Amino acid sequence: MDRRKSIKALAVGSLSAGVLLEACKNPDKKADTVKKEGDQAPGGIDRTPEEKAFDQALMDRTFFNEHEMATIAVLCDIIIPKDEVSGSATDAKVPDFIEFIVKDMPQHQTPMRGGLRWLDLQSMKRFEKAFKDCDSKQQLQLIDEIAYPTKAKPEMKQGVSFFSLMRNLTATGFYTSEIGIKDLGYVGNKPNQWKGVPDDVLKQYNLAYSERELKECV
Amino acid sequence: MGNLQIKVQPKKYDAVIVGSGAGGGMAAYMLANAGLKVCLLEAGPMYDPAKNVMQLKWPWQSPRRGASTALRPFGDFDACYGGWQIDGEPYTQHSGTQFDWWRARMLGGRTNHWGRISLRFGPDDFKRKSIDGLGDNWPISYDDIKPYYDRLDKLVGIFGSKENIPNEPDGEFLPPPKPRLHELMIKKAATSVGVNVIPSRLSILTKAINNERGACFYCNQCSRGCTVYADFSSSSVLVNPALKTGNVDVIANAMAREVLTGSDGTATAVSYVNKDDMQEYQVNGRIIILAASACESARLLLNSKSSKHPNGLANSGNVVGKYLHDSTGAAMGGILPQLYGRKRYNEDGVGGAHIYSPWWGNNKNLDFPRGYHIEYWGGMGMPSYGFGWGIEGSNGKYPVNGQKKEAGGYGKSLKEDYRYFYGAGVGMAGRGEAIALESNYCEIDPNVVDKYGIPVLKFNYKWSDNEIKQAKHMKETFREIMHAMGAVITWGDDGPDNNYGLETPGRIIHEAGTVRMGNDPGSSALNKWNQAHDCKNLFVVDGGPFVSQADKNITWTIMALSMRASEYMVDQLKKQNL
Repeated sequence: MDRRKSIKALAVGSLSAGVLLEACKNPDKKADTVKKEGDQAPGGIDRTPEEKAFDQALMDRTFFNEHEMATIAVLCDIIIPKDEVSGSATDAKVPDFIEFIVKDMPQHQTPMRGGLRWLDLQSMKRFEKAFKDCDSKQQLQLIDEIAYPTKAKPEMKQGVSFFSLMRNLTATGFYTSEIGIKDLGYVGNKPNQWKGVPDDVLKQYNLAYSERELKECV
Repeated sequence: MGNLQIKVQPKKYDAVIVGSGAGGGMAAYMLANAGLKVCLLEAGPMYDPAKNVMQLKWPWQSPRRGASTALRPFGDFDACYGGWQIDGEPYTQHSGTQFDWWRARMLGGRTNHWGRISLRFGPDDFKRKSIDGLGDNWPISYDDIKPYYDRLDKLVGIFGSKENIPNEPDGEFLPPPKPRLHELMIKKAATSVGVNVIPSRLSILTKAINNERGACFYCNQCSRGCTVYADFSSSSVLVNPALKTGNVDVIANAMAREVLTGSDGTATAVSYVNKDDMQEYQVNGRIIILAASACESARLLLNSKSSKHPNGLANSGNVVGKYLHDSTGAAMGGILPQLYGRKRYNEDGVGGAHIYSPWWGNNKNLDFPRGYHIEYWGGMGMPSYGFGWGIEGSNGKYPVNGQKKEAGGYGKSLKEDYRYFYGAGVGMAGRGEAIALESNYCEIDPNVVDKYGIPVLKFNYKWSDNEIKQAKHMKETFREIMHAMGAVITWGDDGPDNNYGLETPGRIIHEAGTVRMGNDPGSSALNKWNQAHDCKNLFVVDGGPFVSQADKNITWTIMALSMRASEYMVDQLKKQNL
C-alpha cells in the first residue's frame, strides 16, 4: 500500500498503526509519492522557496580545496574507522557533510582552515611532508599529541582545539548518517504502539509501573 | 509599484479574521459552522502537514542534519516557518531592555511549533490579585470558561489523568502513555523531594476521536507536523474543517496593515498587503476579529488611528501594548550514569514528555509570587546535528564498559564511547508565571517601518525580582531532583551572575496581555467577551486579552476564550447588536 493510499485510508477512518507499518515498508515508493504531494527538496523534506534558494546557493559554492578535503578524509577515518560494528566516516560520506556544514555555519570556517594548516605545518617540521602524505604511523604520532586534551602539551593546545572540532564534526556527521544510526542502535522513527518500558529493562533497573499506570495508560 | 491603488475585495463578509493560529482558527471554525461568511487573512503561506511532510524523515535527509537555521530556529525539520528575526520585518528595543519577538508566518501560525502542552487555568489563576495583591483579576472566573474547556477537550482531543488537584482542573481526557524509563527515574526522584509528578496533558490523540484524524503512532515528532493529524494544529483541526463548510475564504500571504473604521467609529474593514503581488487590498466585514498574536494584534490596533480613535483603536484607556508578559523559563541538563550501555528499544513515544510536574509549592512559604511547572526530557532520541558534541568532556570521567580512558581520543575506542553514552541524557525546564506589569510594553516606534511600510513595534521589557527569585527556586529544585536520581549535572547549574539562567523575555514564546480584558474601560481594552470597549464589532482572540497567564501554556485558554467569544458574536448578530 503506497503512502498516498494509506493517507486516503486514514482519512476514511481506518487508522491503525498496522496500516502505517505496511505503508512504510516501501520507502522508495514513498519518496516518489511525497515529491508529488508537497513542495519538497531533493532530500524529500518540506522547504520554503527561500530555503530552497538558500540551500542551493550553499551547494553551488565550494569551500575546501582538494588538498584540504583529502586531509579531512584522512582525519575523519582516524576518528571513526571501520570496525566490527560499522563502516568508517568516509563510508558514511562525512567529508561531504563537513564541506556543507562549514558553509552553512561560517563560524567553523576559520578554525577548520587554520587548523588544517596548523596540522600540515607540524607535519612538515617533523616529517617534511604534508599530513595526508605521511604514513599512518607518522600521522598517529602527531594525532596522539592533540587527541587527549588533558594530557596534551601546552604548545599543542591549538592543535587540541582543532582536533576536538574535527572530532565533533565527524561524530555528528557520522551518527546522523544511515550507517551511524544503525551503529548506535537507534530503532525508532517508525510507526509503532508505545506499550511502556520492556519488562526485562524495568527489572534491570528495579522499577515497576504502578497499578494505576497499568490500568489507566494506553 | 508606480501606480499604487487600493483594491477593495468585492465580497462583503460577516467576519474578517486576522491570523489563522489557535485563536483565529477557532473563530473561523465556530463562525463558519454557525453559517457566517468568513474571510481568514494569514500573513504566511498555506500549509498542510499531510502535504508539507517532515514526519518520519531521517537526519541525513537534511544537508545540515537537522541543525537550526535563521528560517527554522528550532531545527531544519521543525514544521514552523518563522523565528525571532524575520527578513524585512524588524522590531526595536528601548535601550537597556530586551524582548525577543517570535513570529510564525504560515497557516496555523505557531500551533505548528508548540509542544501540544494543553493546560487549563485553574480557579485561582483568574483571581491572582485577590490572592497576592499583584496584577489584576480577570473579569471572568473558572466557572465561566469551564464549559468551553470541556467542549474543547472533546473537539480537539487531549490525553491526561484525573488528579483532583484544586488549581489544575481535570479535563475530558484520553488515556495517557506510560512513562519512559528516564521518566520513571525522574518520577521516583522528584516525588522523593516533594515535587509532584503526573502524566502530561497534551493535545495528541492516543485514540482516534473522529474519521478525519488518525491516532498517534508514537514517532515523537509532533514538532514536525503530523501527516495523519493525530496532534492538534490549527490548520488540520480547525481551518481545514472550517473550509469544508464552504463558508470560509483563506487569503494567504496577506500582511494586515490596519483596521479601518467608519464615521460612527465601528470597524468596517481590514487593509492588507498581498505579499505575492505587493498590491494593497481591503476586505470588508461586519465583524473584525484580530488573532494575529498578542503583539501583532496590539501593533495593528495602535496603527489603526482615525478621528474617532486618535490614540489607536480600542485604546482610549491607553492600555494597548502594555502588560506584556512572557513565561519565565530556566533549564538544567545532565546525564544518568546508570543508563550508560543501556539496552536499545524504541522509546520515541509521543512528541514530548509523558510526565510533568504541575506547581506544587505554597507561596506563603516562598519569597516570590506565583508558580511554575516542570517539563522533562531525555532518553534514546533520534540523533541530529550536535550529536556526540563535546565527548572529550565526559569520556575521561567515566569508565567505559569497565575501562578507564583518557579524555578525548579517536578510533575504535572512541566509537565504543559514543555507543556507551548514548541515551543517558536527562534534563528539565521550568515554565513559570511572570507578573503582568504596566511598565513592560510594546509601542509603535515613531521612526521605523517594515518592508511593507507598516510602522514596527518597539519593546520595553525587564524582568523584576519576582521572576529572578522564581528562576533561583527552579534551579534549587532541579538540583535536588538531579541529585536524588544520581544524575550528573552538565549544564544549567547557574547562579546569580546570570539571573539563574532566566531566559530573555520572549524566548519562551508565551507572550500575552497586550490587549487585556477587564470591566473598566479605563484600565482594559476589551470587555469579558473579548470585545473592544471602544468598538463593539471588534474582537481580539489571541494571547492579547490575557490579564495574567498562570504557569500554564496559554494555547488551551486562547482557544476556549475564542470559542466563547465566537458564540457571543453569533448571538449578538442574531440580536442585531453588532
